[in-house]
Amino acid sequence: MRWIKSIAREVWGLFVDDGSFAAAILVWILLAVVVLPRVAPAARCDGPALFAGLALILIESALRFSRRSAKCRASG
Amino acid sequence: MIIGWGHLEATRLGTTLVASFLASLVECVEALTVVLAVGSVRGWRSVLAGAAAALALLAAVVGVLGPALARIPLRRLALVPFHVVQLVAGGLILLFGLRWLRKAILRSAGLVPLHDERAAFAKKAAAMREANAGSISGWDKFAFSAAFNVTMLEGTEVVFIVLAFGAGGAGLLLPASLGAVAALLVVAGLGLALHRPLARVPENTLKFLVGVLLSALGTFWVGEGAGLGWPIPASASPDLAILLLIAAYLALAVCLAPICRLQARVVAEES
Repeated sequence: MRWIKSIAREVWGLFVDDGSFAAAILVWILLAVVVLPRVAPAARCDGPALFAGLALILIESALRFSRRSAKCRASG
Repeated sequence: MIIGWGHLEATRLGTTLVASFLASLVECVEALTVVLAVGSVRGWRSVLAGAAAALALLAAVVGVLGPALARIPLRRLALVPFHVVQLVAGGLILLFGLRWLRKAILRSAGLVPLHDERAAFAKKAAAMREANAGSISGWDKFAFSAAFNVTMLEGTEVVFIVLAFGAGGAGLLLPASLGAVAALLVVAGLGLALHRPLARVPENTLKFLVGVLLSALGTFWVGEGAGLGWPIPASASPDLAILLLIAAYLALAVCLAPICRLQARVVAEES
């Protein structure tokens, strides 16, 4: 049974390791599906807006990790 | 015929095949390292039997579930509209792809240590030497179990990868499966030929590329599922958007790695 738990944990880990990063992606997808088609100024802008939001989430998460990692290293 | 090829674009098929091959390659290399480490210490009979048993079990599960999944006419599935399937598959692929891309960027920036197959091999081999040394001569349950577990674990991940790619559209399950099988054959062949861990496989570069491809595919499928538009000529194939997304994610990732490195240096100096 232990390997079934390991597999479940690994499969979960395939999709989620940083909870806030995963949550931000899901929230943005939800917003993109519900809100973007209604507020985008032109029909062809909403796809790039979806990408832009995901890119910002990736940038914020990577920079947050690098800040935290540098602080941890500096404090020993 | 339920799965038609005519409407599928080469870009979508090619991206799915390559992404599935590369993602599966990473998982297979990790499994091979453990199988080789256990086999080199405990002998090959029980280890190969364990790996073969896990592969047989996985093949049986996929053999039962695979054809059933492939026969589901996604576009005609009344209970679950196709755009919902695209949204769910796209969301899962985005979670998976962006996670790999983020990790690859942080590794490129030197903020997360690179995965070292030689170190993993040495660590596992040392653990195998210490564990139940008395049972090595005969049938080695410990070695069988170690090989079975890792093959089952990484194999299940590969099955999930294939299912996530395959769910993105009718007819994508086959290229996704072919990519995974090709990765297994390549890694098994190299493992048999070399008898040592594939330390030269550039794991982080693979994760970087797979992350870019998956993020692009996931964004495209979520966009398609949500009915979003792309800035491409009306006469062009919608799959042109996948190529644009691949280029955009690649440019973003290549720029972000040095920025993260720089920021970490600045923060460290200020602290």
